[in-house]
Amino acid sequence: MTAAIQLIDVKKSFGRQQVLSGVNITVEEGTTTVIVGPSGMGKSVILKHMLGLVRPDSGQVLVFGKDLAKISGKALKEVRRDFGVLFQNAALFDSMTVFDNVALPLRERTDLPEKKIRESVEEKLGMMDLDGINEKYPAQISGGMRKRVGLARALMLNPRIVFFDEPTTGLDVHKSNEIYRLFHKTQSQLDYTAVIVSHDVPKIFKLSDKVALLHDGKLQGNLSPEEFQLSDNHAIQAFVKTTMGPIYSSDREEPGYSEKVQR
Amino acid sequence: MIGFLEKLGDDCLYYLEQTGRMTRFLLVSVVSALTPPYKPSAVLRQLHFIGVRSLPVILFTGGFTGMVLALQGYYTLRKFGSEGFLGSAVALSLIRELGPVLAALMVIGRAGSAMTAEVGIMRNSEQIDALECMAVDPYQFLIAPKFIATIVSMPILTFIFDVVGILGGYLIGVKVMGVNAGTYFQGMYASVEWQDIHMGIVKSLVFGLLLVWVATSKGFFLHEERSGGFGAEGVSHVTTSAVVLSSVSVLVWDYLISAMLV
Repeated sequence: MTAAIQLIDVKKSFGRQQVLSGVNITVEEGTTTVIVGPSGMGKSVILKHMLGLVRPDSGQVLVFGKDLAKISGKALKEVRRDFGVLFQNAALFDSMTVFDNVALPLRERTDLPEKKIRESVEEKLGMMDLDGINEKYPAQISGGMRKRVGLARALMLNPRIVFFDEPTTGLDVHKSNEIYRLFHKTQSQLDYTAVIVSHDVPKIFKLSDKVALLHDGKLQGNLSPEEFQLSDNHAIQAFVKTTMGPIYSSDREEPGYSEKVQR
Repeated sequence: MIGFLEKLGDDCLYYLEQTGRMTRFLLVSVVSALTPPYKPSAVLRQLHFIGVRSLPVILFTGGFTGMVLALQGYYTLRKFGSEGFLGSAVALSLIRELGPVLAALMVIGRAGSAMTAEVGIMRNSEQIDALECMAVDPYQFLIAPKFIATIVSMPILTFIFDVVGILGGYLIGVKVMGVNAGTYFQGMYASVEWQDIHMGIVKSLVFGLLLVWVATSKGFFLHEERSGGFGAEGVSHVTTSAVVLSSVSVLVWDYLISAMLV
């Protein structure tokens, strides 16, 4: 398997705050890698490095062998032709209709006639189970629908890598499951490499080939979900325990109850 | 003492960085506006927003500026028995000075602030990041049409401002104050030279460039603002600062251009 993305000893500070202190990770082509960790620790910053939106203070960000920190703006644009991104808040263009949002990559990057564009957009919206909302504006549809429109737009040009930044944040359980179902369906149809930043643990494990934890500015793990849960790395153990352990415990609880539940 | 020096150094670095960022933004925007692919439909949309929709305010302010110029000018000139110069006084004041400056200030208030808010909200809600990730150049897609439309609109709006102002002056000077109509227009014809019109055109072009540059760059770099560029407050902050900065820049450059071309 070849590496689609490699981060080698990436360090990044904002002002005096060091967010990444030597991040290393390899994302193999055709796989799904999930980066987990508490909110506000810099997961999205890692994603922005992979997208070339942020340059590292030091280290390398290789996408299909090209170092995003060193290539020209034009070369970066070429690399991004293989990208699709689903942003945390979908980042739809709020002054455009749903149809125009999804059609935008085709209109801007291809010379396809309007008829072909219409067919492609309707096919992708159909794939996302979104019918009859073509002329609506993002503010007129629900959060779950916005995410699905964002996913349709991200997949419009059949990208080789799709990035998901907290794809289910702000959605209820039913809508989250819907997004995961569509992710699974589209990945098996289009066979893309996926990088997902999420804190929806343990549900997200079911979709992943590799899981890595961001802890103290470094990535720990990058293991299969099973290996990740059984890892003896202290940070991973603590994360698994806090996110997958008993939700509620009290002083009046029977001694040893938590341990019993975890077993 | 060390704290003071540290803050001074921090401030210097911040302003140096901001100047560099804005200069680069201007260069990239101008190059993007001049190089294909051109976006005629986006430019037309912006021409409508910046040019056509500014017309009512330009007509209104232009008319009243001419009227007040005629009123004040008449009383001043009458003291010297020179009411016949009213036409040239109104026309020269408008063409050389007030037309370009007031038209620019009106466009800053109406369209400049809207441009900053629009681009700022797009930055805040990751819409500009989304463009970049789709390999769509945000300068070409978003900024260049605004640059072209503003630079095309400003001389036309200034011309309209001047004409309406002169007609406003005619209304007060001739119809109300009783200055002879022939004298009003003859004085204007005799005193306005190509040099005066040239100054008005240069000013309107420079002011157009200044206002669109400040308005769009402030929104584009909202996230780099030291005083906090996030949320609704961040957008409101950069919009205010863009209006203030572009208005002050227009007045400063008005003096500089006048000094250079006088």
